[in-house]
Amino acid sequence: MIQLTHDPIDTAGLTESVRKHAAGAVVLFLGTVRDMTDGRRTTALDYEAYPEMATAKMEEIVATAGQRWPITACGIIHRLGHLELGDVSVAVAVSCPHRVEAFQAARFLIDTLKDVVPIWKKENFDDGTTEWVHPGLNADSTTDTQLHN
Amino acid sequence: MKLAVQLFAHARELAGQDQVDLELDEGACVADVRQALADQVPQLLPLTQRLLFAVGTRYADDHVTLGPDDSIACFPPVSGG
Repeated sequence: MIQLTHDPIDTAGLTESVRKHAAGAVVLFLGTVRDMTDGRRTTALDYEAYPEMATAKMEEIVATAGQRWPITACGIIHRLGHLELGDVSVAVAVSCPHRVEAFQAARFLIDTLKDVVPIWKKENFDDGTTEWVHPGLNADSTTDTQLHN
Repeated sequence: MKLAVQLFAHARELAGQDQVDLELDEGACVADVRQALADQVPQLLPLTQRLLFAVGTRYADDHVTLGPDDSIACFPPVSGG
C-alpha cells in the first residue's frame, strides 16, 4: 500500500496489512510532528506534495528495497495538509522473515523517502512566522544519485 | 515552443503562481528553463541555483532536453517525512 492522504493515518491498519505468515518480523516507523526545531518552538507543520511524482518515487524506492532485502510486504502512507503537534506525518511498515532485514529495509525506506520523494513541509513557529524546510539550501545535503535519476 | 512549468512549495509561494508559461527554442534543455525562470520570475532568485526539475515523474538534470509535450515541474529540495 502506497498512499498520500489528507486524513489521519490508520497506523494499525497499515501494520496489519503487512502481517503475513511468511514474515517473522514487522517493523513500523512513524514520523511525528515534533515541538522543537533548532531551538525554535513549532506549533504545526503544513505538508505539500507533487502527488503523481511522489507516488511514483515511493513505488520506486519500495522496488529498490525489494531488490536489496527479502521483503514479504511493505506499505508507506504520507499525510499532507495541516498537522498539529504529535500527529503522524508518515508511516512505513515492513515485514520480512527476520528482524535484521526488516529494520534495515525500514531504515532505507524512510531515509530515501526523505531524500527523493517530492514532499515539502513548512514550519509554523509559535511567534507566528512560517518557514519552508529545504535541506541543503544552507548546508551540504546527501542524496542518492541513482534515485534522483 | 511553449512550455508550462509547474511550481511547488516555496517556489510556488515565491512566484505567487503554481504555473509559469515559458517560450523557449526547440531543443531547449533544463538549464534553459532554469535561466528563463530566473529572468521571468525574479522572485525565485533566492532558490534559483538549488531548484530541482522533473520531467514527467523523473528528476531531470540541466542537460536533459525537452519537447513541447513534456510535463515539467520545478521545486526546492524536498523535506517530507
